[in-house]
Amino acid sequence: MHPAFSVIFLTTLIGVGQGLFLALYTGQLYSVIKVLPVQDSASFYGYGSLLSVIFLIAGLVASVFHLGRPERAWRSAARWKTSWLSREVIALPAFIGTTFIYSMIHIYGWNPVLFIINESFIIDLSLVVGAVNTLLAFILFICTGMIYACIKFLQEWATPLTVVNYTLLGMASGFALSTVFAAYVSSELVNFYAAWTIFLTLFAFITRSASLIRNTKIKYKSNLSTAIGIRHTSIKQKAQGAMGGSFNTREYFHGAKPIFFKSIKWVFLMLVFIVPTLLLSGALATDMFALFASAFVVQYIGLIAERWFFFAQANHPQNLYYQTI
Amino acid sequence: MTQLALVIDLNVCVGCHACVTSCKEWNTSGTAGFMSDYNPYEKDPTGTFFNRVQTFEVGEYPNTQTVHFPKSCLHCEEPPCVPVCPTGASYKREEDGIVLVDYDKCIGCKYCSWACPYGAREIDENQKVMKKCTLCVDRIYDETLAEEERKPACVLACPTSARLFGDVNDPDSHVSVQIRENGGYQLMPEWGTKPANHYLPRRKANISIHKDELTRVDNPLNKERQLPMPDEDEQTLDDIMSW
Repeated sequence: MHPAFSVIFLTTLIGVGQGLFLALYTGQLYSVIKVLPVQDSASFYGYGSLLSVIFLIAGLVASVFHLGRPERAWRSAARWKTSWLSREVIALPAFIGTTFIYSMIHIYGWNPVLFIINESFIIDLSLVVGAVNTLLAFILFICTGMIYACIKFLQEWATPLTVVNYTLLGMASGFALSTVFAAYVSSELVNFYAAWTIFLTLFAFITRSASLIRNTKIKYKSNLSTAIGIRHTSIKQKAQGAMGGSFNTREYFHGAKPIFFKSIKWVFLMLVFIVPTLLLSGALATDMFALFASAFVVQYIGLIAERWFFFAQANHPQNLYYQTI
Repeated sequence: MTQLALVIDLNVCVGCHACVTSCKEWNTSGTAGFMSDYNPYEKDPTGTFFNRVQTFEVGEYPNTQTVHFPKSCLHCEEPPCVPVCPTGASYKREEDGIVLVDYDKCIGCKYCSWACPYGAREIDENQKVMKKCTLCVDRIYDETLAEEERKPACVLACPTSARLFGDVNDPDSHVSVQIRENGGYQLMPEWGTKPANHYLPRRKANISIHKDELTRVDNPLNKERQLPMPDEDEQTLDDIMSW
């Protein structure tokens, strides 16, 4: 497939937004059960989740560039019963809205205590809204991943690993940003977030590697014989039905040189997994803000390469009709 | 239930592209808007087409067959492009099984084209909506046309009658009989899309003749013959005598 940068930025930016919210809410949840110290409501949870909203909206804006007719985008919520894309279109604004409400509750202190469990665990409004939003974050991850995983003949994508990778990579990058945020506001949660980032990054390394290994072993169900229905081992294409190319030759081929395509895989494995883990380990040892920040930035750049490779690697069966690109 | 479809006979298709040009001519002139072209008379011409003819060479020289392969939307009975559409712009008509795109609802997200294993859908770069073969839905029901003209433009244009049009769910229709009796097949059956369009394979009219059918075993002359048969290139009485 031809990687579209609109979709690359959409999926990576909302992944960061979702992961950042999940990180903040994890911190809040741990503070309620008194495992971690309580943070300032407005300046930490409030502005942190506002940062998440900014990333999510940036992703939403990026997605608009993928549409031919963005003015009709509202129509895309119609077919949620059958289309994962439609479901994502509903889940994304719902998640942005609830994250914004969560942020406002903290910033303006509209946070009444709803009930107290065992006279020690204080359950306030933000905790309930956050729980609902956590569910929405995971629904959004599933919708995003399933958009690709549900197309069964794109065999590189048609695996549960696609959903797992979208979820883990989004969470890893979001937790990496939460580490930067915690370091910036000098919160004592820096180590907590950095440790989670390293864990999620290494976990994602395992699942993404699993999908890479899986994809090297794919046996393609379609071949030129089934595509044109002629049983012969030697079929050569002589004409493609268009002289200057067509939508079919532009949309489904990545068009990059083989050496570039191959090297991108190693580039993203380094930038998404290895380098950020080393940078974060260094940051934890030295407590340098620049190292925390560079870990996130490097991982995000790596994720752009990762997403590019994800699209470019998918081999659409229609390409069988275009043998000589 | 009716399922209109094309049956394409690869045995008689000569690859003349008349179906391509007649399709483009009819569909670019319709009320749904023209099908845009870019650099039509320059280097690298490109544009939106519903139908394309490709050419394949099967086998190794000298035992080769040139196969011209017209390719358009197959109007699948289980179209994978329809459920993925987020707006409902892509739909399959209940009454005749034609898969269509509502150009007024399409947002141009291209997701349906990803979900079509055949690459039958093309985005119109000018209108920014997804387009595909409509089976000339705007002419097959047009009662102002003579009845024999109520067929897709490509079918009418084909000089060798390689394109047949009809209801593949009616067992007695011409297309169903052709599929049944001439080994009609579907493309990429492995994905369960059940394409309504079928292709008829290349067919050779072979007869097998054994050697003993060329020389008569029970020739009565064999009994009467005294002399051995003359060599084949030797003169016989027949060559020199005028009876």
